[in-house]
Amino acid sequence: MLLIPCPHCGPRNQEEFAYERSVDSVVRIDDAPAVAMAALYTRANLRGEDHEIWCHAHGCGQWLRMTRDRVTHAIRNVEAL
Amino acid sequence: MAASHRTGSGISAQTVPFTFDGVAYQAQAGDTLAAALIANGVQLMARSFKYHRPRGVLAMGSEDPSALVTVGTGGWQEPNARASDVFVYPGLVARSQNVWPSLRFDVGAINSLLAPFIPAGFYYKTFFGPPSRWMLYERFIRRAAGLGMPPSVADADTYAHRAAFCDVLVVGGGPAGLNAALAAAQVGKRVILIEQDAIAGGSLLRENVTIDGLPGADWARSMMAQITAAGGRVLTRTTASGYWDDNFVTAIERRVEPGQPTEHGATDRPAQVLWKLRCGEVVLATGTIERPLVFVDNDLPGVMLAGAARTLALRHGVAPGRRVVIATSHDDAYRTAFALAAAGAEVVAILDSRVAPTGAVIDAARVRFPVHADARPLRALRSGNGVGGIEAVIAGAKRRFTADCIAMSGGASPVLHLHRQAGGALDYHTDRGAFLPGAVRQHHTTIGAAAGTHDLVAILPQSTVVDPLGTATPPQPGPVWHGEAAGKAFVDFQNDVTTDDLALAQREGYVSVEHTKRYTTLGMGTDQGKTAAMVALAQIADGRGLAVPDAGLTTFRPPYTPVTLGAFAGPMRGDHAGPIRRLPLAGAHDALGALWVPAGAWMRPRAYPRRGEALGVASLREARMVRSSAGVVDVSTLTKFEVAGPDALAVVMAVCATPLAKLAVGRGRYTVMLREDGLVMDDGTVWRLADDRWLVTSSTGGLARMARHFSYVIDILLNHPRATVVDVSEHWAGLALAGPHAAAVLADLTGVPSPAHMGLIDATIAGVPVRILGASYSGERAFEVHVPGHRAAPVFEALMAGVTAVGGGAYGLDAMDHLRVEKGHVVIGAEADGRVTPGDLGLGGMLRKTGGFVGWQGLTRPVLADPAGRRHLVGLTAIDDTPIAEGAMLVVRAGEEPLGHVTTAAPRVAGDGAIALGLLIDGAARHGETLVAWSPTRRSTVPVRVGPPLFYDAEGARYRD
Amino acid sequence: MGNPGYSALSLLRGALGGHRHWGRAWRAAEPGGPYDVIIIGGGGHGLATAYYLAHEHGVRRIAVLEKGYIGGGNTGRNTTIVRSNYRLPQLQRMLDYSLKLWHSLSDELNYNVMFSPRGALFLGHSDADMAKLAERGDALIAMGIDAELMDSAAVAKLVPLFDMRRDARWPIDGGLIQHRGGTARHDAVAWGFARAADNLGVDIIENCEVTGFLRDGDSAGGRVTGVRTTRGDIHGGRTAICVAGNSGHVAGLAGLQLPIESHTLQAWVTEPVKPMIDTVVMSQSLHCYFSQSDKGGMVGGGDPDMFPSYAQRGAPIRLEDSIAQAIALVPALSRLRMVRSWAGVTDMSFDGAPIIGETPLPGLYLNGGWCYGGFKATPGSGRLYAHLLATGTSHPIAAPFDLARFAAGRTIDEAGVGPMPQHR
Repeated sequence: MLLIPCPHCGPRNQEEFAYERSVDSVVRIDDAPAVAMAALYTRANLRGEDHEIWCHAHGCGQWLRMTRDRVTHAIRNVEAL
Repeated sequence: MAASHRTGSGISAQTVPFTFDGVAYQAQAGDTLAAALIANGVQLMARSFKYHRPRGVLAMGSEDPSALVTVGTGGWQEPNARASDVFVYPGLVARSQNVWPSLRFDVGAINSLLAPFIPAGFYYKTFFGPPSRWMLYERFIRRAAGLGMPPSVADADTYAHRAAFCDVLVVGGGPAGLNAALAAAQVGKRVILIEQDAIAGGSLLRENVTIDGLPGADWARSMMAQITAAGGRVLTRTTASGYWDDNFVTAIERRVEPGQPTEHGATDRPAQVLWKLRCGEVVLATGTIERPLVFVDNDLPGVMLAGAARTLALRHGVAPGRRVVIATSHDDAYRTAFALAAAGAEVVAILDSRVAPTGAVIDAARVRFPVHADARPLRALRSGNGVGGIEAVIAGAKRRFTADCIAMSGGASPVLHLHRQAGGALDYHTDRGAFLPGAVRQHHTTIGAAAGTHDLVAILPQSTVVDPLGTATPPQPGPVWHGEAAGKAFVDFQNDVTTDDLALAQREGYVSVEHTKRYTTLGMGTDQGKTAAMVALAQIADGRGLAVPDAGLTTFRPPYTPVTLGAFAGPMRGDHAGPIRRLPLAGAHDALGALWVPAGAWMRPRAYPRRGEALGVASLREARMVRSSAGVVDVSTLTKFEVAGPDALAVVMAVCATPLAKLAVGRGRYTVMLREDGLVMDDGTVWRLADDRWLVTSSTGGLARMARHFSYVIDILLNHPRATVVDVSEHWAGLALAGPHAAAVLADLTGVPSPAHMGLIDATIAGVPVRILGASYSGERAFEVHVPGHRAAPVFEALMAGVTAVGGGAYGLDAMDHLRVEKGHVVIGAEADGRVTPGDLGLGGMLRKTGGFVGWQGLTRPVLADPAGRRHLVGLTAIDDTPIAEGAMLVVRAGEEPLGHVTTAAPRVAGDGAIALGLLIDGAARHGETLVAWSPTRRSTVPVRVGPPLFYDAEGARYRD
Repeated sequence: MGNPGYSALSLLRGALGGHRHWGRAWRAAEPGGPYDVIIIGGGGHGLATAYYLAHEHGVRRIAVLEKGYIGGGNTGRNTTIVRSNYRLPQLQRMLDYSLKLWHSLSDELNYNVMFSPRGALFLGHSDADMAKLAERGDALIAMGIDAELMDSAAVAKLVPLFDMRRDARWPIDGGLIQHRGGTARHDAVAWGFARAADNLGVDIIENCEVTGFLRDGDSAGGRVTGVRTTRGDIHGGRTAICVAGNSGHVAGLAGLQLPIESHTLQAWVTEPVKPMIDTVVMSQSLHCYFSQSDKGGMVGGGDPDMFPSYAQRGAPIRLEDSIAQAIALVPALSRLRMVRSWAGVTDMSFDGAPIIGETPLPGLYLNGGWCYGGFKATPGSGRLYAHLLATGTSHPIAAPFDLARFAAGRTIDEAGVGPMPQHR
């Protein structure tokens, strides 16, 4: 059960948070279609550290950028978005 | 009945009545069921899983694999309880299980004779033929397998969840744990100490030691008091079962014993509490688990671990036998000899596998007992259903001893389950034949015997320890069994896994330890192989010529000991299993005789049937009422957002795919919202409340998804524009008023002209300020009246009075559905099934040609952009007027592959007959064709004519002004 | 290979001879080559692929590379449910193709995989649920796949322990059963395919982790000609990724990014009890499923943990949710005790459907993206993948599941929830 340090609220249980996507898969509204579909439909899916967007959905509702190891579950950095 | 094995030095004089297999016995307070049975001369407690061999206790604790019984009755009946982990309570009813007709004469024991035919994994090699034949065998196999009888009634107990935080969690209330907990509490840390036993003390409960002048058990009690006094919390009968990420530990506190009745349904008095502990630091003082020795028939009742025998003698005042043989590979079991002798047993022999054991305790033992070095058991000798002696090889010569108890010890394994769950490494210490804790990943340490420290003086450096048997030494593993005698030598007692099974698995190539485990079922029982794992590993490594750590280890998984499923569910049972949402006007609907229907978590009025009126009749009546006069339907559950700020337009434009920039203040529009892949996510209406303020409505079920989407669009995609989105769904109750008389009824109530179609006004009804939207879902002139939820009642009352006066009334979800089908309006989840584009629904023309909304890129993909071959929304009319089955397949002829399906079916409201909406491949090009709506599951075949999804007022004359 | 066939007679022979006549079920093969086909991943799918390649296509030189022990990934971690009662025709065709193979698999492999078609039951808790179940049933029957809509009385008879009270939180209004669905012994599937493939000469190489790809020339588009492994370079004609759970990682070694994200799915099993429930139980609107193993334990699971992870461990909250729902359906379950929970890494594809097809790199093929539903597809997936690897073209049943479908817009989205795997 992860303890996620919300920059706004402090450390909170993972069940308060919702994972959104990896940082590199954000589809901008003005992206060209090919760029948009590539972002939407491919992921590095790293077995190791990756950058992710999460939402403190059942807390402050704010969005976070998290650097997290997907094998050890260690959270290296969380910052407000 | 055997004579009492009680030695008189028991811990309590208070007697507790209980029964086992219908026979009444007396226990002493503080006895486990196993101790009480042995005290009453009962060694035979269970039959094994596969061979139905007679079994007693192996270990005195939660790790015992053997003595499993069923306890309790009715709603408290619990199978597979460990007799050595149930403390006897008055009236305890225990029964043997997996036996027929009785524990003593169990027909299943014939499996022992069949054993040569059913080695490990035999079932993979036979029972071929069609699956029906396997299922025939399977019926018998399933009946033979399993242990206790499953519960047949609902659980009478309740369970609670509790969360707590601490600076230091200490797991294990033995000497090391008590010491660590007190030290931490005394320096002001928030401390929680948990102990799975009913009393603290751990290993002290089976030792004759004095600490700081107190007997061990008394010292432990005093430590508990001191920890509590220093502000710590002590939880006994509590087992740390899971060590999860980020120092999160789950622990199960047993407030009553297995099978013990509680007050039925008393939620304030749970039988068990699941603790969720977020800990700064965790100290694991979990001690060791003793290993059995491997020899033939080492599973007979009366053969037990030396520590178990010592616990019986010193803690419970019970002699496990009258003539005892101690078989060991290290010093610790010698202590058992002294304890059993003190309890009045005759120690016939101490068999030590070491060639030349030395040390103080051995010297002391040689004075009192026949100690045999280089002595290894070959086989236990059977007497009835129990042990009658032992055959050993001593310095190469065979010798037999008569005994009614064999106390054995093949070393001990540090309990590192939680350490491993927490990601800690294990280091193998060849000199000890044991894994000890290595590097840790989380904030935890392991201390005491679990960390390899057995000497009390080292564990309690501040205390004065007096141990008449001298300093405890680290245990040494027993010898590997090489089949020195023919017969079954057990490793995993519960699953009847023998050394032969392990060898067979190796021979057949199941050499990975995980393969060995899965092939033989080693360690897959209720005990998860706690006593077996290291013994098996040594056997496997020896067989493969590997060092023990190279043979591999299986994964340690939660829970440490079995956890009642009810404890996981905790308060989530009954109505609390999932929240139910009720409307602000639920009471008013009840008063009108509403029939409720679940819609997601909501309960909504489905219809208001009159006395004796069938649901379908009521719904059609209500729908026709709307077509002819006026009706009111509760649409409070609609999702509603307000978007406000200078950049509000940009937000709404990003989310909604339809043109909005030119929408005038006070006007609204139907809209669709797309996912990034271009498919329809939701639909609703969007209203301009002011130049910089918008109201967006969307489907009931999509609230969470849409709220997240808005938030994502604002904060991630638009990078914090000057706009805010507020979910106002709960603020506003919504009442839709529809029908040819609706405008007049509303004007009467407000005193002002009703808004135009897709127009919006603020007004007052019954003294309550309301917002009125001119929007039609039914195809009639209609309005949505939004009113603050807590003030909805008088508005509803006024609307009801108004429509009743013109012959109308309330209508429910089914009528609303009938009306919208006739108008071809789509519903998210039915027509918009997550696989359709706006174009598929006939809404392609609504989209902004310039893009700029979420999902526009997805729509450009070739398969989405080209309508050919896609499923289109169509209207379906039953040719013979019979009802169409919702969900039916659309086929050319029954039996053919579907071209589409019926998404929603309804009776015609305006006129007679049956209609439906459907999604049909190339449907837009099939108007006029005849197909069949075929529902084989409901045996319905209805010819239908395909047409546009619009059955009523195609010109839209009725809902416009 | 000198290994006696499995039969009751052979067991009898073993009984007389201390079972000394059994040899290894599969050889401990050393890396060799060059191979015609290198299959990366010794799970059920990879081993099945090897078996069908050798058995049906006569491919002689095949290697299966497994980084740990065979069947140690999701093959040995799932809840063993086998069924084909899906809603979308592409999935129906594929899973029923597989289900038909299940029905003769034990005989085919001469290894009892304990396929037990005890019925796979979806429960409905409202009229809306029942309509959805009827729709699914209609769609199945129209495709020639068995389905039976059951009313509440029939469901109660099937599982007498269901809570049939009308005021239950999720009242049981009926269900849809696929009688041909059921369970199988997951480990045995890997072992059975391994033994059968080994008998046909397939090299099954355990403890051999792929660390990179060999390429023709240095160009990024160069043909894949083999793999680098912890046990040396291995050369092959076609290289086939079959590592669901780790597809992203392995494809990444070739520089590919996939529409796949790895998530955690947990499961649990209780202590064994005598027969309690004889059917696989699932629900149209709840997130739990459970069945009783032949050993007697109730095996169950629920939603994934909903964030990316390769850790093979989860959080207790997911267990709590699925267990609470299971107890709501069968209150007597409350008293059973969980003996173990575990987790696997699921290959969550971005439409919920698997991917079987070629990759943009010549010579490299992909089978993955099985989300949390791959076990049931094992024989079918292997046979279809073998067809692709042997012939270079997809079998018609596998063709819709190509990698190019995402860019083209041909997604196969059974749940209709779109590209975000955590919403699935």
